[in-house]
Amino acid sequence: MIGLGSYLTVAAILFTIGVLGIFLNRRNVILMLMAIELILLAVNINLVAFSAYLGDLTGQVLAMFVLTVAAAEAAIGLAILVIFFRRRGSIAVDDVNRMRG
Amino acid sequence: MHPVLFIVFLPLLAAIIAGLGGRWIGKTAAKTVTTGALFIGAILSWPIFFQYINGNAEPMVVPVLTWIRSGTLSVDWALRVDSLTAVMLVVVTTVSSLVHLYSWGYMEEDPGQPRFFAYLSLFSFAMLMLVTADSLIQMFFGWEGVGLASYLLIGFWYYKPSANAAALKAFVVNRVGDFGFSLGIFGTFLVFGTVSIPAILHAAPGMAGSTISFAGMHVQTMTLLCLLLFVGAMGKSAQLPLHTWLPDAMEGPTPVSALIHAATMVTAGVFMVCRLSPMFETSPTAMHTVTWVGAITCFFAATVGCAQNDIKRVIAYSTCSQLGYMFFAAGVGAYGAAMFHLFTHAFFKALLFLGAGSVIHAMHHEQDMRYYGALRKEIPITFWVMVIGTLAITGVGVEVTGIGGLGFAGFWSKDSIIQSAWVSGSVAGTFAFWIGVLVALMTSFYSWRLVFMTFFGPPRWAASEHIQHALHGDHDEPSQEHGDSAHDPHHVATGSGGYHPHESPLTILVPIVLLAIGAVFAGQLFHGIFVGPDTAPSYWSGIIAFSREMGEAIESSALWVKLSPTIAMLLGLWIAWNNYVRDPGAAGRFVATFPAVYQFVANKWYFDELYDAIFVRPALWLGRLFWKGGDEGTIDRFGPHGAAYAVGIGNRVTYRLQSGYLYSYALVMLLGLIGAATWAIWWAQ
Repeated sequence: MIGLGSYLTVAAILFTIGVLGIFLNRRNVILMLMAIELILLAVNINLVAFSAYLGDLTGQVLAMFVLTVAAAEAAIGLAILVIFFRRRGSIAVDDVNRMRG
Repeated sequence: MHPVLFIVFLPLLAAIIAGLGGRWIGKTAAKTVTTGALFIGAILSWPIFFQYINGNAEPMVVPVLTWIRSGTLSVDWALRVDSLTAVMLVVVTTVSSLVHLYSWGYMEEDPGQPRFFAYLSLFSFAMLMLVTADSLIQMFFGWEGVGLASYLLIGFWYYKPSANAAALKAFVVNRVGDFGFSLGIFGTFLVFGTVSIPAILHAAPGMAGSTISFAGMHVQTMTLLCLLLFVGAMGKSAQLPLHTWLPDAMEGPTPVSALIHAATMVTAGVFMVCRLSPMFETSPTAMHTVTWVGAITCFFAATVGCAQNDIKRVIAYSTCSQLGYMFFAAGVGAYGAAMFHLFTHAFFKALLFLGAGSVIHAMHHEQDMRYYGALRKEIPITFWVMVIGTLAITGVGVEVTGIGGLGFAGFWSKDSIIQSAWVSGSVAGTFAFWIGVLVALMTSFYSWRLVFMTFFGPPRWAASEHIQHALHGDHDEPSQEHGDSAHDPHHVATGSGGYHPHESPLTILVPIVLLAIGAVFAGQLFHGIFVGPDTAPSYWSGIIAFSREMGEAIESSALWVKLSPTIAMLLGLWIAWNNYVRDPGAAGRFVATFPAVYQFVANKWYFDELYDAIFVRPALWLGRLFWKGGDEGTIDRFGPHGAAYAVGIGNRVTYRLQSGYLYSYALVMLLGLIGAATWAIWWAQ
């Protein structure tokens, strides 16, 4: 039987990889979207693990919601990305600084 | 209504009409209104004067308005009329009206005539306000009013930098005097509790000998007050060391020089000392100071006048010197003689200035006497009135038993002053006597020098730039390039250059001929009421401190004392004739023999350079210190500029934070979240 600690450890590792994927990645916006997916998955693993550990289905219901939202977010993110590429001809993160004052 | 109200306020009304409405009513109307106002004033003034001569009038005060009521200070606008005011009314309105008339001709080509006549009338109003003042405050109002008008008129040709500088100089130097004058007024109010002149004069003898604390010292009250007031007189009447503005004031149009800087305004100081004579009588120290200052100025200005080449500057220094005569006359207690000289001087000095203006007019705005010569045939009327003016200022006349004498105006007044100085007997008075005789010689010299250089000898017109312009049809703006700076002093060619001077128009000739009549008869007719020991005491009747004993002592003084001014005058005439007519090279040889003396005198004893070094340069240095060091270096640096610089640095830091990269914003968000979570877990419990 795998204990709660192992799940949480895997989730923490995934979360850290996701966060670092956002900050250290300088090349590709797609990688950034994928890192966000990783973070959401890490949260999902936490939710499901706690749900099983506590015997409460609410956590799993919440995980289903997160998956839905994540799918929608990925779809919108990719759509923005396509338009962005059309306008700028690049999806490198270093080129995305139009917000600079 | 008393006529003095019209005399004083018509010029003000005319000045307002011509000054504010000149644009609409046109220049002829403006000139008519102002000139008419002054002629009405003159016509009303003479009867008042004769009433006082005949003893038909008492001193009176014509109230106008309440001015200030504050605590114990109460000042009214009120016009005082007495025998002293009557003299000044006659002088001011007569000279002013003639100068107005003269300006019709002299300023004919000038575009700013309504403005000019408005200023002239404004001046006349302020001067009349000054001489009719019943309180020191009102006198100060007139005092500042004439100063303002003087400033405006010196700078009338405002496009000339030299005229602006001269106007500023006159204003600033007069501020020094006015500072003393206002301190004197404050002190008088402090001591006497009133600014009413009759009340002060009534109370003054009682204060003699009392002391007051001033600037940490105990000083004689009356001496202090008189000296402070005298500082004001020194500024206005161009006495050493506050004389430097007067010669520069010649930058103004010539009628202005005649009216303001010869006949009326500059005599305001003498008038004030005479008006306050019972006060000055209480302080021998102040009287001696007045005598010394007057005598030294008299000598100084006469020496400088001998070496000037600009015709107006010669007369300007002559004015300064004659004012010195008036002051030392007042200083030795001969107030009647001081007022007498003021009266006669107004006629002959206005005459000399207006005559010089006529010469300048004829010579196409050339003012340098080295380019004159041989004008006596060309402009004969001007020549003869100038000769009359010169005879009057040098004091030509003879003693005649029975009627006292026969002579031009200056003979009576100047000789009276010189003799008064002798009979006063004090050290200062004796000094003033010898100075007076010596200056009579120099007066004669520089006056005749002016006449000889201008009207005699060969024509030297060809070298003048102004004449060159006139000949080649290259007409300047009128009055541009006045002054003596533009010429090479060593090169004087002779010859007429084909130029034909023209006699001035009637509007110029009529006033100078009228003034010439005054210059001939003013002394002969009026010496009795001013200085005669029998008639003067009843005329002055306590208005000024008149010493009957002094008048009698003059009558019985030694013959050589009476003759010495005349002898000095003849000697001066002979020197001038010898150096400029008989042997025209003599003056040049004298200069070559004593170059240091000539340089010293020609450069006006280096007073301007001295003041430049003592006051002007340190003031500029101090100004630059406060400007560069204080304002820009300290206030601006740490105030507005410093704040802006600090904001700039802050901006540069925050600018770097705003990179525009999503991931850095996300990082900051994360760090913030961690921080907030940490705070919530560890401290918020």
